[in-house]
Amino acid sequence: MSSDHILFVDHLSMRFGGIVAVNELSFGAERRKITALIGPNGAGKTTVFNCITGFYKPTSGAMRLTHDDGHTIQLGSLNDFRISKQAKVARTFQNIRLFPGMTALENLMVAQHNALMRASGLTLLGLIGAPSWRAAEKNAIDLARTWLERVDLLDRADDAAGNLPYGDQRRLEIARAMCTEPALLCLDEPAAGLNARESASLSELLLSIRAEQGTSILLIEHDMSVVMEISDHVVVMDYGVKIAEGTPQHVRDDPKVIAAYLGADEEEAIAVMESGT
Amino acid sequence: MQASRAPGIAFIFKKALISALVALVLFSLMIGVRTEAGPQGLLVYETRFGDLAAMVAAVFGGSIVVELLRQWWGPVGTIRVVPPQVTSTLAVAGRWVAPVLLVFTFLVPVIFYDQRYILDLGILVLTYVMLGWGLNVVVGLAGLLDLGYVAFYAVGAYSYALLATNFGLSFWVCLPLAGILAAFWGVLLGFPVLRLRGDYLAIVTLAFGEIIRLVIINWQSLTGGPNGVSGIPRPTLFGIPLDNSDNGLAALLRIEFSPTHRIVFLFYLILALALLTNWVTIRLRRLPIGRAWEALREDEVACRALGINTTTTKLTAFATGAMFGGFAGAFFATRQGFISPESFTFQESALVLAIVVLGGMGSQLGVALAALAMIGGFELFRGLDQFRMLVFGMAMVLLMIWRPRGLIGHRAPTVFLERNQAISSDLVKEGHG
Amino acid sequence: MDYFAQQLINGLVLGSIYGLIAIGYTMVYGIVGMINFAHGDIFMIGGFIALITFLILVSFGLTAIPLILLVVLLVSMAITALYGWTVERIAYRPLRHSFRLAPMLSAIGMSFVLTNYSQVAQGARVKPVPPIITGGYTLHEGAGGFVVQLSNIQIIVVITTVVLLALFTWLVSSTRLGRDMRACEQDQTMAALLGVDVDRTISMTFVIGAALAAVAGMMYLLYYGLVDFFMGFVAGIKAFTAAVLGGIGSLPGAMLGGLAIGLIETFWSAYFSVEYKDVAAFSILIVVLIFLPTGLLGRPEVEKV
Repeated sequence: MSSDHILFVDHLSMRFGGIVAVNELSFGAERRKITALIGPNGAGKTTVFNCITGFYKPTSGAMRLTHDDGHTIQLGSLNDFRISKQAKVARTFQNIRLFPGMTALENLMVAQHNALMRASGLTLLGLIGAPSWRAAEKNAIDLARTWLERVDLLDRADDAAGNLPYGDQRRLEIARAMCTEPALLCLDEPAAGLNARESASLSELLLSIRAEQGTSILLIEHDMSVVMEISDHVVVMDYGVKIAEGTPQHVRDDPKVIAAYLGADEEEAIAVMESGT
Repeated sequence: MQASRAPGIAFIFKKALISALVALVLFSLMIGVRTEAGPQGLLVYETRFGDLAAMVAAVFGGSIVVELLRQWWGPVGTIRVVPPQVTSTLAVAGRWVAPVLLVFTFLVPVIFYDQRYILDLGILVLTYVMLGWGLNVVVGLAGLLDLGYVAFYAVGAYSYALLATNFGLSFWVCLPLAGILAAFWGVLLGFPVLRLRGDYLAIVTLAFGEIIRLVIINWQSLTGGPNGVSGIPRPTLFGIPLDNSDNGLAALLRIEFSPTHRIVFLFYLILALALLTNWVTIRLRRLPIGRAWEALREDEVACRALGINTTTTKLTAFATGAMFGGFAGAFFATRQGFISPESFTFQESALVLAIVVLGGMGSQLGVALAALAMIGGFELFRGLDQFRMLVFGMAMVLLMIWRPRGLIGHRAPTVFLERNQAISSDLVKEGHG
Repeated sequence: MDYFAQQLINGLVLGSIYGLIAIGYTMVYGIVGMINFAHGDIFMIGGFIALITFLILVSFGLTAIPLILLVVLLVSMAITALYGWTVERIAYRPLRHSFRLAPMLSAIGMSFVLTNYSQVAQGARVKPVPPIITGGYTLHEGAGGFVVQLSNIQIIVVITTVVLLALFTWLVSSTRLGRDMRACEQDQTMAALLGVDVDRTISMTFVIGAALAAVAGMMYLLYYGLVDFFMGFVAGIKAFTAAVLGGIGSLPGAMLGGLAIGLIETFWSAYFSVEYKDVAAFSILIVVLIFLPTGLLGRPEVEKV
């Protein structure tokens, strides 16, 4: 463990009844790097995500998160909202989960809930309209505006999130996660359903988040062009276990990975083999 | 195609005939036969074939009318193209509805000073407006279905009644206490039911409302049981009584005493309380807590992923709604001077919920209009006496079929950059809790 | 011990009645996902129709009790089933794909309509009938003179419930209609694509639920010897409590929940206080839902993320 890991997953197992979804999985995500978790459908990737983000309680194993200041948090000991609030882990969902009846701007304001709650003096200062609250609210709107600009949605700020096109919704969800100012951003198939142009701009966005915010990113992705282009490190899962890990080039040439994909889905295997060439 | 769009007379008659036949079977025993206690206490029955025939004929005729109306109106779900001028005119008019309504409400006691009935009705409507606004926080904003809201109304009413009659505390001391106690009960109810969703939550809140009512009925030493609490002190204008005594308001102002003074005072009191509820709610919506409520209604899982403590968020919604219910209850007690468990039945909860849903979930103006329509409409049928609840139930069914999303079907955003545009209700979720 | 045995019998009988009503709630909830608030009132209507049919038969000079009971049962089931069908047709079908709260309010409205309809049609007073089925068996005579009795009416209630339950289980598990019902419960769109008449299946669900409620209404009339226009509300809430307790959507659960509520209510009245028996039943509901949010036999809801 010489490298600087922000997240280290240690012998994680998750069973549902008799089914072993994740079996003794260990891997690390490096600080300020993009780590991709790939594997055929049903390999257990989303289950790993749900364990990391506190939606599932793992059967066994540990997940350690180390902040920049060296403070280490056992994610298994925190539950649901505290993962985001205290451990600063944000996530997006495979099936987009925006607040469809609220505007894009409102979505980003909700993401700043905890900071704003403090600023509003647990509502009391806000109710009387204290100047400190007004300033905090303005800052929050500015942060939201910045992120809307980053994801190219400034002109849709006042539209209902549910009315945005699919690609815009994906980007808005990332912006919303970033508004919680996370240390680790977990993205569950951010490129799913995007066309080639949108995928390319997504890659750019993620690279810029890593460069400018210094946020570490962990992503599940099927779109190999995205994975190969932006990942610093790739972890390959199949049937709940890790079958390979390393740089994108290394993983791409691994016969075990090719076999796993061949066994699962020919098209995906070809995508793995052809990508990056 | 023509035939299916406009079915012929034969079709209409056939449909009406079937409806009449169904009605005949349904009503045959329930209306055609009337049971009554006979001379020896045993049940006897008499036939009412005339009434039965009349009802069946009414269904037959009604069915024809409904079918003709349906043809004239076109199939359900057709999108009617409304000219843009009309929509924009309506939008402009809509912006004026709230202020005009508010000004009018302020003027009601001036315009109708001599009409006690109108003033009483106004107070009643405003009480329900306030209850509707209170419940709106829980149901409309946070998306938590509460079928036992009347429990908090009861807690508020009994808190004031018991504190005032036992300890002689004044209305203005008891009002906040009633609110706090109701909020406390809201949290108490909230805790166990937090994990429940949807209809489970509905039924537990309903059960809670019934438990409160049953306890009030049975805890006779404290609450007086079914006999209720009487002699509840009337409110004072910050200590100045509104009666014809020497230190009453009329004497102090050297004007002639009139019982209407008290009614007018009550009118402005409930108006102030309702407006306070409205102001706080509008304010809260623009604060993080209010946005968290609405986010909770939209998607609870996403809320958790964003670090929002859904437990406290739900509890604050319950407590806030309950507090307003408690205020309204205290007002109810002081206005009536007498309260009994009969005033706090499930029907009240259903009525307030109907006001919120009919108003359009989350819309403050909609709730006010719905309260006016429901309570006002209910009063119109006062003469019908025993048919009143029957008509009310039918109205509820028809209104829901007519406008399932309520009168005001859009949501106003709480913050905007450039354009403050309403969000169509088709996008707004109802919540699962 | 004897006292306990007697309360156990009484509780099981009451529980059978609740269970019959609860099946209607659970079936409708399973298939259309709504609380049929008017179902308690359907039960009340069933009781009234049984009462009126009974009075008419007696006035015609019929004396053979088994024949009377059979006719009353059939007439009450048939007419009440039509009530169930009509309620669905008028108040729920137009709102089937609407927002969640609209059908619920429509159902509450329908419940008000039915309650007040029978109040207007039959008057507000309680309607008593003399005991129709008398006699019974003495099971055990205790030392203190306390007698454990099993009356004929109790036997009839339990046997009717068991027979209906068996019939109903067969209907759901082995007939075409039952298969259609289960298919609609899983996925209405898919069921429709595969040729299931969804409208008809849902209508039949309401019809069957109402018929079972009618039986419960008749049993209530026979057992307690009275009906009134308001009895549907409390019985309805308790039966719904039973359905939730057993795990909503589960048929055996509904029966189990019904028995549990019946027993709790009876034992609470016997050993603590009669006044607070309803409070006890509702409190149990809250407690169970806190610790077992999906009821006794319900499927745990897996949260999809």
